[in-house]
Amino acid sequence: MKRRSVLAAGLLLPFGARVVSAAPAAEPVTPALVEAAKKEGKVTYYTAMDLSVAEPMAKAFEANYPGIKVAVERSGAERVFNRIGQEMASKIYRVDVVNSSDAAHFISWKGEGWLAPYLSEEMARDLPADGRDPDGLFVNQRTHLSPIAYNSKMIAPADAPKSFKDLLDPKYAGKLVKAHPGYSGTIMTATLQLSRELGWSYFEKLAKQKVLQVQSATEPPKRIEAGERAVAVDGSDYLFWMAKERGSPVEVVFAAEGTPQISNPMGIFKSSPNPNAARLMVSWIMSGEGQSFIVNLSGQYPANTRVKPKEGRPPLASIKTFKEDPAAVEKQADQIKAQYAKYFKV
Amino acid sequence: MAVADAKIPRSARDDRRRLIDLSGPALAAVVALLAVMIVLPMGWLVVYAFATKDGQATLGNFVTLFTDPSFVDPLLATLLLSVSVSGLCCLVAAPMGWLAARTDMPLARTVRTLVMASLVTPPFVGAVAWEMLAAPNSGLLNQLWRLVTGAPSDEALFDIYTMQGLIFAIACYTFPYVFILVANALDRMPGELEDASSMLGAGTWATARRITIPLALPTLLAGALVAFLQALNQFGSPAILAIPAGFHTLTTKIWSLFQFPPKPELAAATSLPLLLLTVALLRSQAAILGRRGYAVLGGKYGAPRPIRLGAWRWAAAAFALLVLAMPLFLPYAALINTAFSRISSQLLGPETFTLHNVVFTFWQLSSTLPALQNTFLLATATATLGGVLALLIAYIVARQAVVGHRILGFLATSPLAIPGIVLGVGLFLAYTRPPLTLYGTLWILLIAFITVELPQAYQQLGSAFHSVHPELEEASRMLGATRLRALKDITAPLLRSAAIATWCFIFVGVIRELSAAVILFTSETKVLSVLIFDLKESGDVGAIAVLSLTMVILTTVVIVIANRIGGAYEARVPTRVGA
Repeated sequence: MKRRSVLAAGLLLPFGARVVSAAPAAEPVTPALVEAAKKEGKVTYYTAMDLSVAEPMAKAFEANYPGIKVAVERSGAERVFNRIGQEMASKIYRVDVVNSSDAAHFISWKGEGWLAPYLSEEMARDLPADGRDPDGLFVNQRTHLSPIAYNSKMIAPADAPKSFKDLLDPKYAGKLVKAHPGYSGTIMTATLQLSRELGWSYFEKLAKQKVLQVQSATEPPKRIEAGERAVAVDGSDYLFWMAKERGSPVEVVFAAEGTPQISNPMGIFKSSPNPNAARLMVSWIMSGEGQSFIVNLSGQYPANTRVKPKEGRPPLASIKTFKEDPAAVEKQADQIKAQYAKYFKV
Repeated sequence: MAVADAKIPRSARDDRRRLIDLSGPALAAVVALLAVMIVLPMGWLVVYAFATKDGQATLGNFVTLFTDPSFVDPLLATLLLSVSVSGLCCLVAAPMGWLAARTDMPLARTVRTLVMASLVTPPFVGAVAWEMLAAPNSGLLNQLWRLVTGAPSDEALFDIYTMQGLIFAIACYTFPYVFILVANALDRMPGELEDASSMLGAGTWATARRITIPLALPTLLAGALVAFLQALNQFGSPAILAIPAGFHTLTTKIWSLFQFPPKPELAAATSLPLLLLTVALLRSQAAILGRRGYAVLGGKYGAPRPIRLGAWRWAAAAFALLVLAMPLFLPYAALINTAFSRISSQLLGPETFTLHNVVFTFWQLSSTLPALQNTFLLATATATLGGVLALLIAYIVARQAVVGHRILGFLATSPLAIPGIVLGVGLFLAYTRPPLTLYGTLWILLIAFITVELPQAYQQLGSAFHSVHPELEEASRMLGATRLRALKDITAPLLRSAAIATWCFIFVGVIRELSAAVILFTSETKVLSVLIFDLKESGDVGAIAVLSLTMVILTTVVIVIANRIGGAYEARVPTRVGA
């Protein structure tokens, strides 16, 4: 499978509004759908979300609809993308619902014609127009950030970095941990934004800081919490906050330059072996109940406008974030991986 | 053959000939099966290595391989790694093997058992455990060191994320191979030669230098090669320790070429040097081990007399136990610590004790149960089918029942030369296309695991067959038993313990296998090793610790049960490469 290099104008932004919309009619969640889903009895959910959130969320869905088992397949978004490509090429149809932290993947999958449209009544009513595909093939499930963070036991707040530029200071050499854009969609998205805002020369210099290179954006928070490195260059914000909230010495820094922002679209595959359970799961995750579950557990920013963000977390509007550009990620992903590997050697 | 035949009555010889007729199709079937398992994947590997993305013939992949620094660096790193691991293993295993085999060191039997036990630990689990112990800041040993010496918080005694760290972590799970080879060879070495040397007035050191070392040297060299090959073909440990440190080895590079956008041609091209190097090294190992024959010059010798260490006895035992702390005591302590703490860098205590990881792994993680099921299904199926196949081949070859039996022996041994990750690439290329689209099924993993385990199984059962002389079967035949009855009543009971030992070794081997599985799995055919590797990539060490301990406990239980059924088995020298 190839990432499409030529794109229809309307696809340049994943959620860009189009003049002519082919949005599917919003469907109610009927008892017939629930029955059909229970008959299928299972649903396979490919995701990049940390297991500490994805598995409890799956269990909450199972509790709501007894008789439907959720198989969570978690890996980095780039791994998920590769896996789905390999499976589709070999005609292995397993994925029902997919959720990626690299929004560009949905441009590719849409171009391949692999996605099935779905919109529940609640989704049509409660999701912002820029939070769903005009053709109804995918919706944004939630939004998170990739900030800097540090262990306040290892570094005094006064010595903590304030910006991405600060991380190039020799005093941070050997104290940094960073995730990989070849594995993580969060980091792929963030790398595009950072290279656009700060230039690739920034990464060239950062690579000389003896960075501990981990894979998933979910790992730097765990490394900071364990005290393996003092500063995380990137990582999923909700995991930093969750660590802080359970009493670990973790502090989040929103860099002066700005903070990478990552939307997490979700869609259903046309080849889904359990299409009813897939629809039921998507409708539940996007419902007030599903969204509240994600927010209460992890404090990620909800996509459903009726659900309030978690108390105590900084409001998204108060944070200076970089602009997302999935279309650019879609075009440049291979280049980004190659460039990154050139500087970081892996 | 001719001499043997002359002793056999005519009827038995006729019977043997009849067997040949019947065995023709059986031979053809087994050869065809082995061809599908081995020749086809390797063929596709070669085809891909010499092709462009569009299928045109090219040498471009090899030009890239030997000029692009992103390929040359991993090649050099791999060579440095393998040479160092090999050296370190010999340095530790040789004296330890000598102590266990030739001296009156206390606990020698325990030491031997523990060395065998350390082989049950998958090397990648060991690598994760050593992260917990020797990560520069959070590692428990480094924390202890800072606590004791008062060193500043950013100083570390060990840094596992370095080439040295990787060498150490791989050597931990490689030296047992060298130890077993050396100890077994020293067991068999006639003590009289040493006695004669002493009687002729040579001191202990001169005896060692003139007799023991020269006699043990070929084995040690062979051990060095086995260690070299293990390090060369290891995938899990470099993926866990080298990538965070910012460098690739050949195996992790091949694996990375399977990530998006996949470059199977380059992966195939990178696999070929690994394959050729392994073949060359195995050939030299065979040459060296073949020469070992000169050590025993006929006649039967008594068991060698143990050397008295005197006051040094307990120092020797302490040394052996200290060495065993590296693959066994320390890693398992770290795994248990992590399994029951919320944060792996905190020491387990009444306040930090939690069952969170256990609950998460078994009640929340939805991959646990399918992975356990897949793993035990595959391990049982591979051990059983692979064992039967090996038994069949060993029988045909040992009894020379068919013309062309040598081909069988060669084919059955050849996977030794195929590193796991290379086999994975080859099988992927061969079976993601018609006519046999096996990718995505457990069958492709079954083929991979049987192929990987076949050489050892065949070698072990082959030597067992050699120890049962055909005369016993023939006697039974002359007394009127059918050939099957003779096999059942005579040969089978004599082979029982060897067969069960083989079954166990295959079973353990499958559970440890990561490098082929990591290329061949799909979401539905995930095995435990792949699940652990997945969890490693997202840093979920708590679940890894729980799963690893579960895996080791279940493996141990299976081995103990199998041995209860089959009686004790003798230690085989496992020579399989890459995990």
